[in-house]
Amino acid sequence: MSRLSRRNFLKLTGSSAALGTLSLSPVAQAQQGSSSPPAGSTTLPYPRDVVARLDDVTVNQPVYFNYPDNRSPCVLIRKGREVKGGVGPDRDVVAYSTQCTHMGCPVNYDQEAETFKCPCHYSIFDPDNAGQMVIGHATEGLPRILLEYDEAEDTLLAVSIDGLIYGRQANII
Amino acid sequence: MTQFKDRIPLPPVDAQKTNMACHFCIVGCGYHVYKWPANQEGGRAAGQNALGLDFTRQLPPMQITMTPAMVNRIKDHDGREYNIMILPDKACSVNQGLSSTRGGQMASVMYSEQTPIGERRLKYPLVYSGDDWVETNWERAMALYAGLTQRILDNDGPDQLFFNLFDHGGAGGGFENTWATGKLIFNGMQTKMVRIHNRPAYNSECHASRDMGIGELNNSYEDAEVCDVIFSTGGNSYETQSNWFLAHWEPNLRGANITKKREWFPAETVGKGKVILVDPRRTPTVAICETVAGKENVLHLAIQPGTDTALFNGLLTYVVDQGWHDQAFIDEYTSGFDEMLTANRMELDECSRITGLDRADIIKAAEWAYKPKASGHAPRTMHAYEKGVIWGNDNYRIQSAIVNLVVATHNVGRRGTGVVRMGGHQEGYTRPPYPGGRPAPYIDQELIKGNGMMLTVWACNAFQTTLNAETYRQVIKRRAAIVNQALGEARGATTDELIDIVYDAVKNKGGLFIVDIDLYRTKFAEYSHLVLPATHPGEMNLTSMNGERRLRLSERFMDPPGIARPDWLIAANMANALKQRYESAGNAAMAERFAGFDWTTDEDAFNDGFRMAHEKEIDSQGGPTGHLATYERLRAAGNNGVQLPIKAYQDGKLIGTEMLYTDNNFDTDDGKAHFQPSPWNGFPEVIERQKERYDFWINNGRTNQIWQSAYHDQHLAFRKGRYPMAPIEIHPQDAETLGIANGDIVEVYNDYGATTAMAYLEPDLKRGQVFMMFGYPNGVQGDVVSEWTDRNHIPYYKGSWANLRRIGTNPAYLRDVSFKRRRYS
Repeated sequence: MSRLSRRNFLKLTGSSAALGTLSLSPVAQAQQGSSSPPAGSTTLPYPRDVVARLDDVTVNQPVYFNYPDNRSPCVLIRKGREVKGGVGPDRDVVAYSTQCTHMGCPVNYDQEAETFKCPCHYSIFDPDNAGQMVIGHATEGLPRILLEYDEAEDTLLAVSIDGLIYGRQANII
Repeated sequence: MTQFKDRIPLPPVDAQKTNMACHFCIVGCGYHVYKWPANQEGGRAAGQNALGLDFTRQLPPMQITMTPAMVNRIKDHDGREYNIMILPDKACSVNQGLSSTRGGQMASVMYSEQTPIGERRLKYPLVYSGDDWVETNWERAMALYAGLTQRILDNDGPDQLFFNLFDHGGAGGGFENTWATGKLIFNGMQTKMVRIHNRPAYNSECHASRDMGIGELNNSYEDAEVCDVIFSTGGNSYETQSNWFLAHWEPNLRGANITKKREWFPAETVGKGKVILVDPRRTPTVAICETVAGKENVLHLAIQPGTDTALFNGLLTYVVDQGWHDQAFIDEYTSGFDEMLTANRMELDECSRITGLDRADIIKAAEWAYKPKASGHAPRTMHAYEKGVIWGNDNYRIQSAIVNLVVATHNVGRRGTGVVRMGGHQEGYTRPPYPGGRPAPYIDQELIKGNGMMLTVWACNAFQTTLNAETYRQVIKRRAAIVNQALGEARGATTDELIDIVYDAVKNKGGLFIVDIDLYRTKFAEYSHLVLPATHPGEMNLTSMNGERRLRLSERFMDPPGIARPDWLIAANMANALKQRYESAGNAAMAERFAGFDWTTDEDAFNDGFRMAHEKEIDSQGGPTGHLATYERLRAAGNNGVQLPIKAYQDGKLIGTEMLYTDNNFDTDDGKAHFQPSPWNGFPEVIERQKERYDFWINNGRTNQIWQSAYHDQHLAFRKGRYPMAPIEIHPQDAETLGIANGDIVEVYNDYGATTAMAYLEPDLKRGQVFMMFGYPNGVQGDVVSEWTDRNHIPYYKGSWANLRRIGTNPAYLRDVSFKRRRYS
């Protein structure tokens, strides 16, 4: 199974499918630090990073991490109910870049409203609906950090991004 | 739009860079268009791209807005492909680098073969053969148009030629296009049977203010930065004038402009700005104002719908009784004060009873906005109003009541004041005088009565944006079908024979021949017989002015799709075809009426109209000094342009006017501001009946993600995905009573019509009041609006009462649409 097809398979199933190793593949390692896709691929060489153990994640409590590098703040949220694009046994875990796609201000997670809110221009995004902009001035939803769940290790991995992170020409610098 | 979501091409250092004022709302934010060959890309280092930004590292916040929606791939007619990127201009004083969700998508709406927009743009003239559309060329289209027009003009007179017509700036408008169409229709055809894009007659939405001597765009956006109080009525500026709010209101409300206020008004008490918002609904703007300014600085007057006149008359009475009006100003620069006050007087208790507002809140509004400050100076209060007034209960009367209060307190002509409409479209009006009187004919009703033989629909779509819309559509479709039947029997007909056949259908059988000129095949176009493809800014050079009268040139940077033409050229083609036909017929007098359209460039049309108001009888927003603006000078002025009227051209710069009426010389014959009696008179009878019969007030308006009729937005996944059907905000308890949940399809119905909307539960709505998005293709709110208008035939779109009924659930809505709260707090 190729990396691409396995990723899609995992995205669809939301399960680990006996991953084997979590370390970077040699191709990905070689590509790290460059946005050029590897020969024969049209996708950027995203790293596969362990974000958290599922068991450690509390429902509706944001878990902050960086992805695909330490200059790109992100947040993972376990919703406690199935949501669009959710992974894990309950398909309830999603993750997003926290830089607003409008002008890069850090969005805050409002636990009561269950939305991300940008304090600069008041855009609101919905984590339950693939980061859709509820209202505001962005032209894109929040970039989704695509996750996989490793059942054997009970870990959540960031594996790719759907959407362009604010302030970048490409997600991989 | 690029094929990749996680990277975009950067413009190289030598990319072409041109100016563009946003196509959409009144604010007219400045943008730059970068264009470069598709096989080239700029580098990430700051010196390697035209943006001068270092993309080898993460940019900090607020540096730029640059998203995949801001790039596209285009192909010019010579077959060369280019990338384009359209970014907000940091040096533009209007938006200061901010983009709105509408303007930020401009690159995505430019023609590209690879996108849904590109697929759906009109590329060639189309004629209806009776049961199908066929492409044709401009020659045949013009021969048919001119031939039928001539036949009707000669036999039946100009009053049988009807138009639904744009009158504004921005896309589907502009000074070039308003002039060309006006010259054709008013000078050439000389018909008065014209309505404007969003209302059923040829009128102003601000007749009252103008009659009182005050043009409705009389200050600068900067005045919102330095005023003591913003008094907004019937507006929702965060969503509908977004960067006016974000770049100019918000800093004042945040307290960021106190130093500037001290500099501007050194002797006065100054502080953080306050805001009064008159709106029955707690809008997203109210919520954001409370977040920014603190609730103690926000007064939301949740008025009973349709009672604005009573509020302003009550405030006026209270203010005068307190002695907070400016008697010296009234004595010297106005007329009619005493008569107006006698007519309008309304005591506080009655005002409170009618408006449903607490006495204390009315007093608080008066104290904030009009009570002298600690320094003894009158507050500087900027009054802004929009559709709650424009489409309110008697436009003319409410507006008179507001302007009476403003003039009495001298809140016009001083910096930090102004009484302005907030605006929808940008402006761009320059036309010969309208040949009809006032009130102008109620065109929709004339069509419904069976009048009119030929209807030209130009850059608008009344199927979605008129009142009594269901009846209107039914009549149009029925009358169009009569022509369809005739066309279906016209096999092998020459153009002249076709004209005979159509003329018989419209003259003798009650038919209506419809011509639609647009970017897309709209719902209206589906029932037309001739469809002509037009262009929008970027595909032509186009000038407009924004809500502070700022004139800019949006430069052409790409070719239009197919053989689409700018509106000015289509109008010129029509005029030239008519001139030729009349010359052939030996009718020199009529030929002369269609002369003067020998233009070859956009600038020719601009020069012939906007720049000639000092020599010819032209109603122009450029006024008699418009001739000082040339394309070259405007190009040099960039996205800051010049504020009209132009005072001078000095040292290579156009010098404009920041604020009108600073000399207290108003636009009346005697130069005085005229007070107008506007006593509260309740509701029209038809509205009273609706209120009695139906359970819900159907408030309506725009949301920030959708521009007007959604002519572009309905083809963009980001927009249509947000609102697959017009949303209707409803209080959760009302929803529960009716068995309605988020995402349900709801029928909205009354004795005028029925439409559908997507339920969106919102606890900030009052019980018995809902808010439906206006003008959408899927769910037309105008279907439940009565035919009632004010004295000038301005509709009362806000005056709809109806019942709601749950139809059912669309699982896709629930799956794909967020129903999270749209209020920030």
